[in-house]
Amino acid sequence: MKTNFQSPQQFFRQRRLRLGIVLAVLLVIYGVSMVLVNFQTLASLMQVPAGLIWLFKNFIPTERSISYLGPILYQLWRTLIVSVSSTICASLLGLIFAILGAKTTSPLPGLRLVIRFGASLLRNIPVVAWAMILLFSFKQSDFTGFLALFFMTLGYLTRAFTETIEDLDGEKLQALQAVGANYFQCVFCGVLPEVASTLTSWVLYMIENNLRDATLVGILTGTGVGFLFNHYFKSFRYDAAGLIVLLIAVLVICLELTSTQIRRAIA
Amino acid sequence: MIENSQSDSKVIQPTSNPKRITLLTKPRLILRGVLIALALVTVYSLVTLDAGNLKFSEAFQSLGANLQAMFLHPGVGQDNWSLLLRALTTSVALAMLTTLLGAFFAFFIAVFSARNLVPSWLATSIKAVMAFIRSIPTILWVLIYSVVMGLGANAAVVGLTFHSIAYLVKAYSESIEETSADTIEALKASGVGFWPIIFQAILPSIIPALLSWTFIRFEINFANAVAVGAAAGADDIGYYLFMASGFYFNFHEVGLIVYLLLGVAIVLEVVSMKLRGHYLQKN
Repeated sequence: MKTNFQSPQQFFRQRRLRLGIVLAVLLVIYGVSMVLVNFQTLASLMQVPAGLIWLFKNFIPTERSISYLGPILYQLWRTLIVSVSSTICASLLGLIFAILGAKTTSPLPGLRLVIRFGASLLRNIPVVAWAMILLFSFKQSDFTGFLALFFMTLGYLTRAFTETIEDLDGEKLQALQAVGANYFQCVFCGVLPEVASTLTSWVLYMIENNLRDATLVGILTGTGVGFLFNHYFKSFRYDAAGLIVLLIAVLVICLELTSTQIRRAIA
Repeated sequence: MIENSQSDSKVIQPTSNPKRITLLTKPRLILRGVLIALALVTVYSLVTLDAGNLKFSEAFQSLGANLQAMFLHPGVGQDNWSLLLRALTTSVALAMLTTLLGAFFAFFIAVFSARNLVPSWLATSIKAVMAFIRSIPTILWVLIYSVVMGLGANAAVVGLTFHSIAYLVKAYSESIEETSADTIEALKASGVGFWPIIFQAILPSIIPALLSWTFIRFEINFANAVAVGAAAGADDIGYYLFMASGFYFNFHEVGLIVYLLLGVAIVLEVVSMKLRGHYLQKN
């Protein structure tokens, strides 16, 4: 066996060389991307402080913007419940798919491949594309946003649920089968109680995520709080738009804190 | 006779006050409560959903027809292949640029928001600011900056970078905080400076974690880049997607663009898996 002892100098020289190569590659990537995107690094970075100052001057909600509070709160509430309901509907369907598609509980091996592929397809189509596709058929209604979020979430949750179920100890299922439990008893008494809290924390995470995506979907499809933001923003009512941004931030932070608390309580 | 069987069997009497054992522990009750609450909200939301006098059978039929036109007969439509491929490259470049910029700034900010390196008041306040930035959706940042810088690439890059920094600072600082306090104390005691501790001791041990977080962000940034193109007019594939579906109503082109996006997403997943595997093996 050949052992190759390096002197410290050699070791450090090699490390520096490797670091240099990595840095050079990253710089090249940065440069090429900069040219492709047509981005001026220095000029743009210089504008960031000015942008922040402008932001604080114009986006601070004024007394006038308080009069918009009613419709804003209503749309925010609608957006929140649409993101909750799309997540819950997707999680119900996702759970069924996950049970059918997980290695440990799948009744048919062929089904596994189909579900895997379908979930990856749903997940990898960006939410923008979903919104635009659905806008054709469902027009400017809350339903468009609901379905766009639903399909995205279905892809993510099916994958997450499948992995959670597959992480489960296979011996428990074997023991259940050995005492004569049938397939449904195995799933409902063996698998589901075990994974319930993990699945719930995934669902809570997706609700947070969907609330953020809902704003984008709203801008594209003309519904919910995203539409309201776009409307005020494009008509130069920046104080009202600022109020929306502030309220979204407050809502997202509240939701994050609540779901952290819940996660800790059910773990 | 079995050796260790007891000869005088004692009958165990139940104690006078048996402790009830129930499956419904406190976490279970909370879990049920949360699920019931979510279910109620869902039912309420579905009942009051503004369908806007939509005929569902018609809508789903037209969705089916559209999906068929998109996925079975993709075509270039108004634009041509070179234009679309260039736009796709721009999207990927936008994602790379914002991830690199974000990772660079986020690392230095994360150093100052790690509890085991700096006083806790500084860490807490930086983390609070980052939580606020993170809670505002990326697209709103881009739109806000597009007022200051004008619509286009610069606003898109700055807006995306802003959100990336806030996201990565959280991930990075949590990775840094996993380094044990003893290591840092030992190095400090032997007189190593602040930056050498970071670059010689902490950084090498957390590189795999940083790399995997940065890759996750890269994937998010690609999706965001498409969204920014559609909603804020950066000249990338999202813009063409928006135009094809919102203005020309060309399902075939939408289908082609979705296929292109799917292709990139799959390549990204494979590359990130390979790179992560490679790096984790080496360390």
